[in-house]
Amino acid sequence: MSELLKAMQNRILILDGAMGTMLQRYKFSEDDFRGERFKGFHKSVKGNNDLLSLTQPQAIEEVHRLYFEAGADIVETNTFSSTTIAMADYDMEDLVYELNFESAKIAKNVADAISKKELNKPRFVAGAIGPTNKTASMSPDVNDPGFRAISFDELRIAYKQQAEGLIDGGVDILLVETVFDTLNAKAALFAIEEIKEERNIDVPVMISGTITDASGRTLSGQTAEAFLISVSHIPLLSVGFNCALGAKQLTPHLEVVSKRTQLAISAHPNAGLPNAFGEYDESPEQMASQVNEYLEKGLINIIGGCCGTTPEHIKAIAGIASGVEPRKFSYNK
Amino acid sequence: MQDNTIQIKEKRYLKLSGLEPLVVTPESNFINVGERTNVAGSKKFLRLIKEENFEEALSVARHQVEGGAQVIDINMDDGLIDGKEAMVRFLNLVIAEPDISRVPIMIDSSKWEIIEAGLQVVQGKCVVNSISLKEGEEIFIHQAKLIKRYGAAVIIMAFDEAGQADNYERRCEIAKRSYDILVNQVKFKPEDIIFDLNIFPVATGMDEHRRNAIDFIEATQWVRENLPYCNVSGGVSNVSFSFRGNTSVREAMHSVFLYHAIQAGMNMGIVNPTMLEVYDDIPKDLLEHVEDVMLDRREDATERLLELAETVVGTSKERKVDLSWREESLQNRITRALVKGIDEYIVADVEEARLNVSRPIEVIEGHLMIGMNVVGDLFGSGKMFLPQVVKSARVMKRAVAYLLPFIEASKDGISETNGKILMATVKGDVHDIGKNIVSVVLACNNYEIVDLGVMVPPEKIIAEAKAKQVDVIGLSGLITPSLDEMVFLAKEMQRQDFSVPLLIGGATTSKAHTAVKIDPQYENAVVHVNDASRAVTIVGDLLKKETSTNYKDTLKEDYAVFRENFLKRQTVKEYISINEARRNKLKVDWKASQITRPKQLGVQTLENFDLSLLEEFIDWSPFFRSWDLHGRYPKILTDKIVGEQASELFADAKEMLQKIISEKLLIAKAVFGLFEANTVNEDDIQIVTASEEIEFFRTLRQQSKKAEGRPNIALSDFVAPKESCIQDYVGCFCVSTGFGTKELAEAYEAKHDDYNAIMVKALADRLAEAFAEYLHKEVRTKHWGYAENESLSNDELIKESYKGIRPAPGYPACPDHLEKKTIWNVLDVEKRIGVSLTESLAMWPAASVSGYYFGNLDARYFGLGKIKEDQVMDFAARKNIDFELAKKWLRTNIAD
Repeated sequence: MSELLKAMQNRILILDGAMGTMLQRYKFSEDDFRGERFKGFHKSVKGNNDLLSLTQPQAIEEVHRLYFEAGADIVETNTFSSTTIAMADYDMEDLVYELNFESAKIAKNVADAISKKELNKPRFVAGAIGPTNKTASMSPDVNDPGFRAISFDELRIAYKQQAEGLIDGGVDILLVETVFDTLNAKAALFAIEEIKEERNIDVPVMISGTITDASGRTLSGQTAEAFLISVSHIPLLSVGFNCALGAKQLTPHLEVVSKRTQLAISAHPNAGLPNAFGEYDESPEQMASQVNEYLEKGLINIIGGCCGTTPEHIKAIAGIASGVEPRKFSYNK
Repeated sequence: MQDNTIQIKEKRYLKLSGLEPLVVTPESNFINVGERTNVAGSKKFLRLIKEENFEEALSVARHQVEGGAQVIDINMDDGLIDGKEAMVRFLNLVIAEPDISRVPIMIDSSKWEIIEAGLQVVQGKCVVNSISLKEGEEIFIHQAKLIKRYGAAVIIMAFDEAGQADNYERRCEIAKRSYDILVNQVKFKPEDIIFDLNIFPVATGMDEHRRNAIDFIEATQWVRENLPYCNVSGGVSNVSFSFRGNTSVREAMHSVFLYHAIQAGMNMGIVNPTMLEVYDDIPKDLLEHVEDVMLDRREDATERLLELAETVVGTSKERKVDLSWREESLQNRITRALVKGIDEYIVADVEEARLNVSRPIEVIEGHLMIGMNVVGDLFGSGKMFLPQVVKSARVMKRAVAYLLPFIEASKDGISETNGKILMATVKGDVHDIGKNIVSVVLACNNYEIVDLGVMVPPEKIIAEAKAKQVDVIGLSGLITPSLDEMVFLAKEMQRQDFSVPLLIGGATTSKAHTAVKIDPQYENAVVHVNDASRAVTIVGDLLKKETSTNYKDTLKEDYAVFRENFLKRQTVKEYISINEARRNKLKVDWKASQITRPKQLGVQTLENFDLSLLEEFIDWSPFFRSWDLHGRYPKILTDKIVGEQASELFADAKEMLQKIISEKLLIAKAVFGLFEANTVNEDDIQIVTASEEIEFFRTLRQQSKKAEGRPNIALSDFVAPKESCIQDYVGCFCVSTGFGTKELAEAYEAKHDDYNAIMVKALADRLAEAFAEYLHKEVRTKHWGYAENESLSNDELIKESYKGIRPAPGYPACPDHLEKKTIWNVLDVEKRIGVSLTESLAMWPAASVSGYYFGNLDARYFGLGKIKEDQVMDFAARKNIDFELAKKWLRTNIAD
């Protein structure tokens, strides 16, 4: 942790880019997704990217290495959907601990190998904790606004399993990301606090919300500042935003939180807004020039990419952020 | 942490959030918390929640936010609602309304489980209202830690193990101790701490209350200066409690109080914005007098303000009444006696009045009715509470009793009343507390009451109604068979072409039952009256010429719609056959089960039991409920709204209780037996009675389809089956504290003292429950002895934390009242202690409790729910009774 904080005081840290975008390049088939182990599995598993940590670990390892080589200080584990709740779609709830543990190990091994070579630039692994596919404070049924498809406790238990696997697998940070419903995130934070107390350990936590549209609110309706207030009750390494918007559209919301908190700020926007074909096509240079605005305004401490971003994007961003003074921040354990 | 190198000073303000942020800075104006979404503070909201009218309940919340509330307080603490469920349901709906959920929510409950359930459904940063050191540090720390983890701010009440802080030193001491624990041990952010330092009334006439406001203000200042970053809140209207009725003075008092409290550092609170005067607009002399009281500046400050209050009455916007008791006019003295329920001088005052008028009847029509109208208005607007009104009625009755001989002597007819109302507890039922309260309240409003008492057969009700030409018939009942009696009576009224409205009330009745089962039987108006305070308005609307037709039409329409919705809303439950249910019974590992042989088998009787032993076993919350005061004891005594009344009632109750105990006015008796028992044929418990005979307790089994792994329970599952070859045991009992109740109540009634008559009955009921609790404990620890080492507090007893259960026939686990007959046979109850069963199987005297004892560690309370006809048929065959009879008794439990 002290290494991480020391690094954050000295420079703007670079987070990796999209995992999914990179994996698409491999064009894995149903059989590839299944590997030997799940050959006879009763359900199609194609599209279950997190499963690839078990069936195609070399590909995951390669993506992590490409991002580190592009200049990332932190890579995210391939565990965005590795909760019992999200894995229920594939009937793979039983694999949750293993998925998290193995994904963390893969990333950590790559990070350690590279850190050993470059002693002056330690690399870190953030355990990615996604929002799941259910919302605790919104009803999926428009005719029954009081209905909830999932409870706080169900989320808390699922997140706890995920976080335990990630910690056991060796992650340096937990990253609760793509928060579209703050209550889901609060359940994750609650679970993390429980683990910290039970194991008497400390693990830095990053939280990253998602502003879904031009209204400037999360999907569950909170403004950026309300979101910030709602998650500030536990010690956070950073707070920020990712996904949904490109770097440009994210600027005003980063300005809001940057003015109102002493915590470090993170951002990992998409490669622009999707085009008519649903593709993210902002070039590395375009994205880097947007990020430059963050740097000039002193808005951020950690920067990376979300949907559509590649090692090329990260390389461009890392290049422009190199040598820039990080924003002042505080971290209270 | 070593990262002090990167410390940046962050401004430590209280920050809350809904969909939008709320940051409380030193520049912020006073934060106003809306409290109309509080069942304890708003009768309307309580009614809406009880009726499950969440749509309108939401609009209450919306109005608050539109009206400027920056935080909304939500409270669901009421004995009659499932607070946890209501809290979660309402919050989920609030969250779905962005125009409400934009503001932060204050989750208000005295129950931790409700608070926690609330915290689990709100995404924003809430305020918990409240926790305190009342139950010690351990619980306090535990709760604070969780609140922190859920991400909420917290209100800390100035309350500790020794009680509520009521002076400057105690307020500071408790605040400091709470703060230190929170900040140093729990690591709670100090800016997330809000102290409620207890606002108590001033100008009460009691010396110890003189410093109530100034102590609060000074403590606020101390807290803000010495406990960095914290906040101070409170419920402001308490301070002016003694000037209820005088809006002008109250408004001035609120403004003055806030003016000084805010300067001292109070930064949020519950204030009704319509009850505030602008500080600068307060007339100079009033301001001076109010400040004298608030700041305790003069010895005679209260007297001077009271005097001045006279002159400012009437200048306010609201229609109001002169409550001054300093005014010496006769009418005011009489009015005051009625409003305050003081009967010492009433005869003298009435006599003075009689000498001033030409006909004695004019005193009733004039002086007394003027006074009672005041009472009626205050009650109607929620400014007086039920116990006060019953006391007023006592004064009224005394006055009328004094005047009657004079009126008769002058052969002057009694004046016109507003109407004549027949009141009766139906056949087979003996419970009359609720009926008597409604009668008294109606009598206060100048209705003539024809009270037929309890266990009144339908023919008598019909005959009396005709003979006395009553305008309304009111039926009351507490046990389930009474519901059928009411249906029967409605049919009878229809058959005999009645047209008068029918009122339905009592604990088992409901709007649903009334709408679905009774209303369709009778073409004319049928109304469910759920509390006494509504009776007056309802009867008024029914009988007043101007409103009658319209109101009756609306009622019919309302009940029809309600009925339709109710039937539509009923979820189709799946049921399984009784045989399937038996296969899915609760499976107890009898080999591993610890079964204790009772120390003494057979039947034992307790006569002339010492009542004083029962006092500590009394569960007081239901006592307050029987007086329409809702809240949990002991918190109810300090409740913002009803606290004063509850305390007064409690003091009266304690006094009466002491009198009953020391003068042995009630007699307590009990009989109980413990027997060898085994379950046979799945659902029957076979016992060997004291006379070595075989007898059976027939139990009923849950039949709704259960989730995987959940059993269909019957009480028989808690007893080892015969085929296990393990000898098991059960018990049964009957206790009564009702002997003497009737006589004592009648003695009070003869003295025109309905207040104490009702009090006696309510206390007898509580004593009976306490006796049942006491006896159960004795049985567990001594006579049966399976829990010899248990040590439970009264609270734990009330929460039923003990091992083993004592279910009563007629209650959810065994709704079949017929089983009482078996208990009566087995214990020879009537012969041994004299408690008898009515035709509806209610116990007489009413203050009695009977039931079974099950000692198995797996035994638990459950609800039978609905059953199907196959079980009813089977049950009838087992009991060897007619199918139709079984159906009649189990009607409310049979699924349609």
